[in-house]
Amino acid sequence: MKLDVVLRVVTKLMLPFMLVFAVYVQFHGDYGPGGGFQAGVIAAAALILYALMFGLTSAMRVVPTWLVEKMIPVGVMIYGGTGVVSMFLHENFLNYDALDHHHTVHAQEWGVFLVEVGVFVTVSSTMIAIFYAFGGRGR
Amino acid sequence: MESLINMVLLSLLAVVTIGVVRLRNLFAVIILGGIYSFLMASVLIVLDAVDVAMTEASVGAGISTVLMLTVLYMTRVEEAKPVHTPMLPIFVAGGTGAVLVYGTWGLPAFGLADTPINTHVGMAYMDLSIPDTGIPNVVTSVLASYRGFDTFGETTVVFTAGIGVLLLLRRGVSLARLRRKQQEEESKS
Repeated sequence: MKLDVVLRVVTKLMLPFMLVFAVYVQFHGDYGPGGGFQAGVIAAAALILYALMFGLTSAMRVVPTWLVEKMIPVGVMIYGGTGVVSMFLHENFLNYDALDHHHTVHAQEWGVFLVEVGVFVTVSSTMIAIFYAFGGRGR
Repeated sequence: MESLINMVLLSLLAVVTIGVVRLRNLFAVIILGGIYSFLMASVLIVLDAVDVAMTEASVGAGISTVLMLTVLYMTRVEEAKPVHTPMLPIFVAGGTGAVLVYGTWGLPAFGLADTPINTHVGMAYMDLSIPDTGIPNVVTSVLASYRGFDTFGETTVVFTAGIGVLLLLRRGVSLARLRRKQQEEESKS
């Protein structure tokens, strides 16, 4: 596979577009289809494509295993942390109105944004971690 | 036109399913599974469920196919001959299918405006999403704001699944170890 020039060049051309598309899906989720889950999967797919074409070692150089394994709980913590912050601001758990009492619409947008970031981090890192776990075993 | 597209997509789904059941080559089965997911995503687009379609295309056709292929790398490509007769699975699958078809008789006609789902809470979300959250895509506002608890649960499910797979499969797979392995192989040859 390492000698397949066409596949390697096309992969390199596609990777930036895949990553930008992941970011687009993440941040445009308020207006179109998409959100943290889909964006996380697309971002993970970009890295998995890289790993398939250039080998697991090169992919692990870009996103090391320790980072992926830290990111899985960090995403859940971002999500839960948003809820805890709104609790500290005298509202119910995950009631984003607490983030800005004067402009609740603005607060809701912030809350949804933070929560989607949490989903993105957990989903993308879980997908990558599972791929690493399977791919690193060998035959 | 829409019913024609639906008919074509659904018959292609049936063809792919028959192919999956009949084929013994697991590589072909995995690729057919990916095709099935893409067809399913198209069906969901026809049903105007673009968010679900996107998830199906990226998770079902993308990640699942890749993960299945990596698993296939560890096993054999040909499926082993089944030990038991397929009568019981056929009975269970057929029975479940019959019950589901029977259940659809009780559903209101597709796209009807005055059904309970389209009148009570669903309509409330449609009306309140913009004044409450300023988010035009109601799917996102329901998912992340109104039903934030559910999505928190889903994220925890993904987290738990990831941790579970890592506990089962990971035996210190790291860059350093892979490099060592590579060097060993190179020094051998």
